[in-house]
Amino acid sequence: MYLYTNKSMKMKQFTSLLAVLLFSFYSCAQQEPSEISAETPQKINYVTEVIVPELNIPWGMEFLPDGSILITEKTGTLIHFKDGAKTTIEGLPEVYVRGQGGLMDIKLHPDYENNGWIYFSYGSPEGEDEGGNTAIIRAKLNGNILADVEHLYKGVPNTKKGQHWGSRIEFDKEGYLYFSIGDRGNRDVNPQDITRDGGKIYRLHADGTIPNDNPFVDNADAKKAIFSFGHRNPQGMAMHPETGKIWVNEHGPKGGDEINVVEKGNNYGWPVISYGINYSGTKFTEITEKEGMEQPLFYWVPSIAPSGMAFVTSSNYPDWKDSVLVGSLKFEYLERLVIKDNKVSKREKLFEGLGRFRNIKQAPDGYLYAGVEGVGIVKIIPDSF
Amino acid sequence: MKVFLFIVLSGLMTFGAITFSQQDELQESISRGQEIYTDFCINCHMANGEGVENTFPPLANSDYLKNNQEASIRGIKYGQKGEITVNGVTYNGNMAPMGLSDDEVADVMNFINNSWGNSIKGMVTEEQVTTIKK
Repeated sequence: MYLYTNKSMKMKQFTSLLAVLLFSFYSCAQQEPSEISAETPQKINYVTEVIVPELNIPWGMEFLPDGSILITEKTGTLIHFKDGAKTTIEGLPEVYVRGQGGLMDIKLHPDYENNGWIYFSYGSPEGEDEGGNTAIIRAKLNGNILADVEHLYKGVPNTKKGQHWGSRIEFDKEGYLYFSIGDRGNRDVNPQDITRDGGKIYRLHADGTIPNDNPFVDNADAKKAIFSFGHRNPQGMAMHPETGKIWVNEHGPKGGDEINVVEKGNNYGWPVISYGINYSGTKFTEITEKEGMEQPLFYWVPSIAPSGMAFVTSSNYPDWKDSVLVGSLKFEYLERLVIKDNKVSKREKLFEGLGRFRNIKQAPDGYLYAGVEGVGIVKIIPDSF
Repeated sequence: MKVFLFIVLSGLMTFGAITFSQQDELQESISRGQEIYTDFCINCHMANGEGVENTFPPLANSDYLKNNQEASIRGIKYGQKGEITVNGVTYNGNMAPMGLSDDEVADVMNFINNSWGNSIKGMVTEEQVTTIKK
């Protein structure tokens, strides 16, 4: 029956056929889904209550000592919500609204009560090139005016790309200021190059000066504010309440969103390693790990489009001890991830269908507040029934 | 006879050239629009315009797009908020204005109008986008 006379040749052909088959299986393979999948809980002992209604994209929020709230609307408006009324605060620099960029995060200095500094990230058109890039300023609130504006950092070059501005701001226990700038839609150029902005987590002193123990201060060409690199688009950032480490969540493309614990000088691999694929379904990399590049603490396949991040420490939420909360823009819920021994052990979908969760914070009053697009700021309170 | 033929032929050629250049213009607008789409739209409306079930409406074979060209342009230009019904499904989302210039809105409309099985007649021009107000 067989035309082959040489058995070894037949074997060889068979082996190579098998290899080709295996290879093609491999390249058409489905992405490996997240190790833990998200469940819908039987019962949630908490409900949401709209505190600040009618907001479009409440990108950031902060809680002032008098109980009022400052809210950044992505379209470029800074809102002060006090005694049930919204006031627009004037005095922001020109905001470049483009694609995912605009007025973004807001963060109070840890010692705000004494020094009054408020930090902002926003799309800035400053500079000679057309377009914009992420900038960080600090300023003080003087009545309804933003005063004493100081420009601390501005990513370069400007670009008309609408993608990946990063922009979350956080302080650690030692008072260092961290913020993110995404890859600005220049995936193959920015994230792996420490002489360029974009695809980085930055660390500054609170006054904008560069700490002399930043990882790349001795590299003449490097951007010396860089703390870590190889990021895509981190839109969630929170300090771990015990370790003091900075945690971020970042958007992947189609699949491959990640949680990373940021360490000095580390490379988080984007786009050399990734659990994601192109939106079109094609691959841009074959590998998910490489020496010298960090593995994420957790990756999401499929993508949830994570934004905002908060550790739950308040005694108001006994059910949610040891949890980190992350907003899902794509599936319109709040995700609760239970962390055990630096690993995700459980995932839950909270408040499904409420809307695009842009931001989540635990306020000084011990309650959790979320910014939900098109809804407003909601407070999460124990269900009294 | 020769003169007649000449006239007919040159007429045909002129006609052809005009049609061709319009076609060309549309093609160029579509390819610029594709870049805009990949930058500004794809993460919600997805690579094949299929959208995300019950969250982001599809653009591919969308009856809303076909029957509401002006409202679609307005949505891209100024943002889209509130209930819309697309292929029988009601969406109540919130699409922020993207900060696109009028020529970019025209380009991305032309791309969407001519992709994934859509073939909506007529080219959207920058002038047309400029006339559409909030």
